[in-house]
Amino acid sequence: MSEADQRGHTQAVFEAERLQNLVEILARKGYQVVGPTVRDKAIVYAELESAKDLPVGWTDRQDGGTYRLEKRRDEALFGYVNGPHSWKQFLHPPKARLCQAKRKGECFEPQGEDREVSKKAFLGVRACELAAITVQDRVLLQGTYADPVYQARREKVALIAVNCTRAGGTCFCTSMGTGPKVTSGYDLALTEVLEDGEHYFVAQAGTELGEGILREIPHQEAGEKEKQTAEGLVAQAAGNMGRTLEAGGVHDLLMANLEHKRWDEAARRCLTCGNCTLVCPTCFCTTVEDYTDLTGEQAERWRRWDSCFTLDFSYIHGGSVRPSGRARYRQWMTHKLATWHDQFGTSGCVGCGRCITWCPVGIDITEEARAIRETTVSQAAPSGKERNHANP
Amino acid sequence: MQTLEPILAEHPFFKNLDPKILQVLTGCATNVVFKAGEFIFREEGDAQEFYLIRKGQVALEIYAPGRGPITLQTLHDGNILGWSWLVPPYQWHFDARAVEETRAIALNGRCLRTKCEECHELGYELMKRFAFVVTQRIEALTLQLLDVYGNHRS
Amino acid sequence: MATTAVKEKPVSPVRAGEPMHPRPFKVLKNQPETHDTFTLELEPAEGPREFRFAPGQFNMLYVYGFGEVPISISGDPAEPGVLVHTVRTVGTVTRALERLKRGGLVGVRGPFGTSWPVAEAQNQDLVIVAGGIGLAPLRPVMVQALVGRERFGKIVLLYGARTPDDLLYVRELEQWRSRLDLEILVTVDRALGAWRGNVGVVTTLFPRASFDPFHALALVCGPEVMMRFAILELAKRGTPAEKTYLSMERNMKCGIGLCGHCQIGPTFVCKEGPVYRFDRVKGLFGKREL
Repeated sequence: MSEADQRGHTQAVFEAERLQNLVEILARKGYQVVGPTVRDKAIVYAELESAKDLPVGWTDRQDGGTYRLEKRRDEALFGYVNGPHSWKQFLHPPKARLCQAKRKGECFEPQGEDREVSKKAFLGVRACELAAITVQDRVLLQGTYADPVYQARREKVALIAVNCTRAGGTCFCTSMGTGPKVTSGYDLALTEVLEDGEHYFVAQAGTELGEGILREIPHQEAGEKEKQTAEGLVAQAAGNMGRTLEAGGVHDLLMANLEHKRWDEAARRCLTCGNCTLVCPTCFCTTVEDYTDLTGEQAERWRRWDSCFTLDFSYIHGGSVRPSGRARYRQWMTHKLATWHDQFGTSGCVGCGRCITWCPVGIDITEEARAIRETTVSQAAPSGKERNHANP
Repeated sequence: MQTLEPILAEHPFFKNLDPKILQVLTGCATNVVFKAGEFIFREEGDAQEFYLIRKGQVALEIYAPGRGPITLQTLHDGNILGWSWLVPPYQWHFDARAVEETRAIALNGRCLRTKCEECHELGYELMKRFAFVVTQRIEALTLQLLDVYGNHRS
Repeated sequence: MATTAVKEKPVSPVRAGEPMHPRPFKVLKNQPETHDTFTLELEPAEGPREFRFAPGQFNMLYVYGFGEVPISISGDPAEPGVLVHTVRTVGTVTRALERLKRGGLVGVRGPFGTSWPVAEAQNQDLVIVAGGIGLAPLRPVMVQALVGRERFGKIVLLYGARTPDDLLYVRELEQWRSRLDLEILVTVDRALGAWRGNVGVVTTLFPRASFDPFHALALVCGPEVMMRFAILELAKRGTPAEKTYLSMERNMKCGIGLCGHCQIGPTFVCKEGPVYRFDRVKGLFGKREL
């Protein structure tokens, strides 16, 4: 939905404590509320029972290979940026059973798969995460074959977005044109304001569902002052990004530098642990595994997350096509920033910075791209190939 | 008696060779025919000649005890057979056997080596052509060595 | 670098919404071809009696309790009642396939992938270059081309295998060779003395094949190294990259472009391949570890 359409939707203000109403309304409408909560010294996404489960008064300090939670001086509900979880674990689950078969004598009898899923409301979706969901929609729903597992879940999801009023240490959504302000694809968008003793949300509905939810929360129409304060906070976040990446021409830059020595340097550090692919909200690779129970009576086909960093990933004819760590790091980065454009017409990267934060050795995708750009002698004029999210 | 000059000239190996140089060669050439199954040369024999195959099929073989003769390569119309005459100790390393009736021009090694010493231009032309044939042969043999169709499970 | 390859719609799509569910097929025949290769003839165990495909496409074959492998289809496209797969035993699943007897069940998903552009060769010479098991996905081309033979100029098959004992479809090769309107040239990498045929790599057959490289369409399939040299040789003789097609191979898990395993740079082999026009993948081919 474009910005123009949104102008037709209500913008309202409600007190921070009314967020509990929001949670209750969602539950009443049959949605399981999923959102951020503090667990194991990180902010993760889990099922929420009430607004009290949110990371109230917590913020995060992120840098290459570093993540720490810190107590804030206020009681902000969404005062952090992002954590190791992304919403993909709910839409594109780590494990899914695809089908089953029962042995019948010498034969097997295939059995259908039940695709019933419950409705979920994602509370606290950041602009970069909305962009990531859009990217995965493109990959998993708009090819020749749509993924029924993703489809079933995607159709049952309500998206309550949150505009970032603070940029994280590894964030670069502005470089990728994905944030910090949400522009489309949400049911309801919230901006949290804590100023002069006041604590409220400026809310923007994006769909009929969003309108319906907003109607049931005690609210007022948003005044100019509140709207401007909210916009100001978001603009501030946009100006304080922890990282930057020059997205223009990055496709051609990387594809013209497949033998650049920077890859060797990255390879020396990279452990091929695959953390980046785990936390990346757009990574979608999976593998298929067939199991039988001990008696051999029942066979099941499962799908689980896989990573291009494993040796197995490209195994054929007794060997891996990418035996070296160098090749596998190059594969991941060139896919994310370059060949994703050829395949899906957008970048694969939304600038959330998770791969930088959660890399045990702190490899920084923005730094790698910069290093290659700066040490390339000549650069071809950017082709029309790369499209960042700001120019779909 | 018709000279072998026109026959030499039309063989692909001597394509574009200056007719004056070709004339020098002709003195070393004889027409030969091998019957099907006949050995053209044998391993460790003296490499006295090399052959321009005009028509037929020749198998390069090596004999392994317990495995019998193993064919390494087959040569056909237009191919060159034998280069061991070029370098000492001038000895064949394989067997060459005519698979079917094969017509060829045999060029005497000693005669050619003498003429090459006298006429360096002839020597250079021959070397150029042999270098080409040898590189082609090595590339092809390398592919065979790679065993591309093999079941590689390392 | 865009790689919009020849795209032919899958002609017998799997049940809508269930492309990951194998369809049960029964084994009609399991015929050994060589010491490590065999050919399965299958028919549907339930549902529609026909399985339509285009030459070059592949299926994911599932053996209950073992797993799945991608195998190209080797049958006659004009005989959709029988599904034919020639398989080489290289691992657990292929060995399980080899053990299947008549009546055994195989799960089939497909057909997937792009196909050989046989129709494009009309009024030209059709050159088929196959190495080893690479003849299996090309066999349907030959079978299809012989129906309506007059559409093409010369048809030439250049086939290389490891040894004479590794030759596939020997009887059929001999039948083809006995035709006056086909040229079949076969070579092996090495042979014991009894072999009276050619010995040498498949590129050595080119000088002896009679086709017009400037008016030919070449279809190449085999191990990557072999394809590289064959394509080089074709180009040297005048058949350009735009008239040369090859079949690529990569690790496949889903076969439907969703798992990411079969990527080479910007392309997914299960979606834009396995058949590619060579000029469109030239930049990827032979690039180390891409």
